[in-house]
Amino acid sequence: MAIVYQKSKGLTDTELHYCPGCNHGIIHKLVAETMEELGIIDKTVGVCPVGCSVFAYNYFACDMQEAAHGRAPAVATAIKRTHPDMPVFTYQGDGDLTSIGAAEIVHAAARGEKFTTIFVNNATYGMTGGQMAPTTLIGQKTTTSPLGRTVEQAGYPIREAEMLATLDGAAYVARVCVTDIPNLNKAKKAIKTAFQRQMDGDGFTFVEVLSTCPTNWGLSPVDALKWLKDNMIPYYPLGVIKDTRAEG
Amino acid sequence: MKKQITVSGFGGQGVLSIGKSLVEAGMSEGLEVTWAPSYGPEMRGGTANCSVVISDQPIGSPVFTHPSELIAMNLPALEKFEPNVEAGGMIIVNSSVVDEKVERTDVKAYYVPCVDIATELGNTKVANMVMLGAYVKATGALKVETVQEMIKGMFTGRKAKLVPLNMEAFQKGMDCIN
Amino acid sequence: MAKELWKGNEAIAEAAIRAGCTAYFGYPITPQSEIPEYMSLHMPQSGGVFLQTESEVSTINMLYGAGGSGVRVMTTTSSPGFALMQEGMGYLAGAQVPCVICNCMRGGPGLGTIQPAQGDYFEATRGGGNGDYENVVLAPSNMQEAVDMVQEAFDIADQYRNPCLLLIDGLIGQMMEPIEWHEVKHRDLPPKDWATDGRNGRDHHNIINSLYIDPVECNNFNTELQKKFKLMEENECRWEETDCDDAEVVLVAYGTPARISLSAMEALREHGVKAGLFRPKTVWPYPYEALRKISKQDSVKKFLVVEMSEGQMIQDVELAVQGRKPIEFLGHAGGVMPTVEEIAEMAMKGLK
Repeated sequence: MAIVYQKSKGLTDTELHYCPGCNHGIIHKLVAETMEELGIIDKTVGVCPVGCSVFAYNYFACDMQEAAHGRAPAVATAIKRTHPDMPVFTYQGDGDLTSIGAAEIVHAAARGEKFTTIFVNNATYGMTGGQMAPTTLIGQKTTTSPLGRTVEQAGYPIREAEMLATLDGAAYVARVCVTDIPNLNKAKKAIKTAFQRQMDGDGFTFVEVLSTCPTNWGLSPVDALKWLKDNMIPYYPLGVIKDTRAEG
Repeated sequence: MKKQITVSGFGGQGVLSIGKSLVEAGMSEGLEVTWAPSYGPEMRGGTANCSVVISDQPIGSPVFTHPSELIAMNLPALEKFEPNVEAGGMIIVNSSVVDEKVERTDVKAYYVPCVDIATELGNTKVANMVMLGAYVKATGALKVETVQEMIKGMFTGRKAKLVPLNMEAFQKGMDCIN
Repeated sequence: MAKELWKGNEAIAEAAIRAGCTAYFGYPITPQSEIPEYMSLHMPQSGGVFLQTESEVSTINMLYGAGGSGVRVMTTTSSPGFALMQEGMGYLAGAQVPCVICNCMRGGPGLGTIQPAQGDYFEATRGGGNGDYENVVLAPSNMQEAVDMVQEAFDIADQYRNPCLLLIDGLIGQMMEPIEWHEVKHRDLPPKDWATDGRNGRDHHNIINSLYIDPVECNNFNTELQKKFKLMEENECRWEETDCDDAEVVLVAYGTPARISLSAMEALREHGVKAGLFRPKTVWPYPYEALRKISKQDSVKKFLVVEMSEGQMIQDVELAVQGRKPIEFLGHAGGVMPTVEEIAEMAMKGLK
């Protein structure tokens, strides 16, 4: 019998621990397929964060490092600088990247570090129980903004992709989501482009993936996808935000 | 033989390099040497001083309270360190800058117009070399030839043309000591 | 080999390159900035990596990345910077990442002063990071020892898969002294088959990680770590005794205060006072046994601990002496160095 589908070799056989309806599994798959298709599983090093994807080191089949909270871009910088021929990526959530690791990601991008960051934005701290993140939307209820986030109390949500795109070291910046097949295909394309541009030495590459958190949002997986489309995409518009090749 | 030398003055007077020249010359004579700077946040113009130890025995402390010799390149240096010089020690004053005399009677005092001599030679930057000559002659702690060799080694390549000027400054400094 | 005159900080940088360090990450801070300056020129010239980081927090995590991928890596900093690095110290120990960190101490607390001090003794020997971890802390007191120890530090780090610390005070970094470049004997080191340097056909992926979600697993890992620390204690402890055999007063000091104490000891001997000097060359592991042995000598009437702090190492001296003899303390913090005269005066007090 012909095999019509099989799991990417970029993933190990370890069972994922993510909640039902969470998008992390799909995003893992896209990264794994990218590595497999580019033939780089054997020479890639990934760096995972503190947050829901803290165990990603068990799932990706390449060599992995588990970084301190927010510091993945520093860790990845050192790996890439000392092993310039190896593809390196970080996989980070919104608390990790936009909050505690704000400095590390900005400076890695500004230096044009030649690694790829996959930034999973679900507008909340998932692992610690749904607290407010820097990406939490105005009015969004979380366990630390129980009446809804207000500007007066917590300021404005950070559009990380747009911010990093202003830095000359960033070569490719995109925002995608995986809510349906067309978007999933776009997400795959963006991730693969980011890896390819890294390997071509263009500079820092960044893909923000909007993601759901049905558990902490208190929604069913299907409703969570709808909530993402209705609420997150208007504030965090999808598309390629910067592409130095397209500009040329 | 053990010399504990405090060199002090304004930053930019060559204070640290006088000290460095002393330890380099000492080292080339096979003596034990240490050089310890005081360091501050300012890059230029502040007070600079360094502690130099030259000894024929292994050196314990690179810092000390009572220098055997004080090289005072400016007035604050003289005021601050004169009381600390050990009895029977020596103070050499840059008299181009310092009008005051050494008050202590239990130390030897020499006055060397470093800057005036350097100006006569056409380059005020060699004032520190004049002072080095005075120190070497006054103490006899280092051989004249050793220092001269060191000066030749300091200026090589494009800077080699500076050797005669520095040699002359060194000699003029020695000539100040009778 | 001919002696060469080197400034402490530059000599430490050069020693690291000679030891095969191929990556340096650092943030400028007085009084050690000559090290990143030296590295920025010489590390690339020798084929290595230099990067000026955005913060010490970032620096220490870069050591994690580079060390974890099998590279000999180093940073240097001074007290406030080392405080910022404490986050990484626990992670490095927990993920067993070898690396070398030099703390060129200045006065504190807070911004303190840029002058030499030893106020980070607790931070270095007790650990400012989280969890139960240890690291060898080398404490040279002159330049030759510093360059030799830097070179050995990389072997110590690699042998135990653990960070190794070099603890110096600002004066050692700033002063100049002649040194000889020895051929440092290298240890037989295990292969870095754990490093994340790409699978390249390996049948498993390597993971650098300090997370053990299962408490039993985490406890077991700690037990293994402790065995390693025990080995470090047994193998790496060093100290030096000078004229302790007949001493009635024993000075105890490390780093620059040990040099000043040596001069004080010589002055005391000239005055007919039988003084000795006990100098730890590692402050972790601490030479408790050797010091304890001296405390049992009949000749010894008292100890005088000399530090550039308000009294931190004195706790280790107390642990060693266990109340057998009186322990006195002379220390200054904030960048003021003890003098030969005050040490000698205090050492003589109470002796007949």
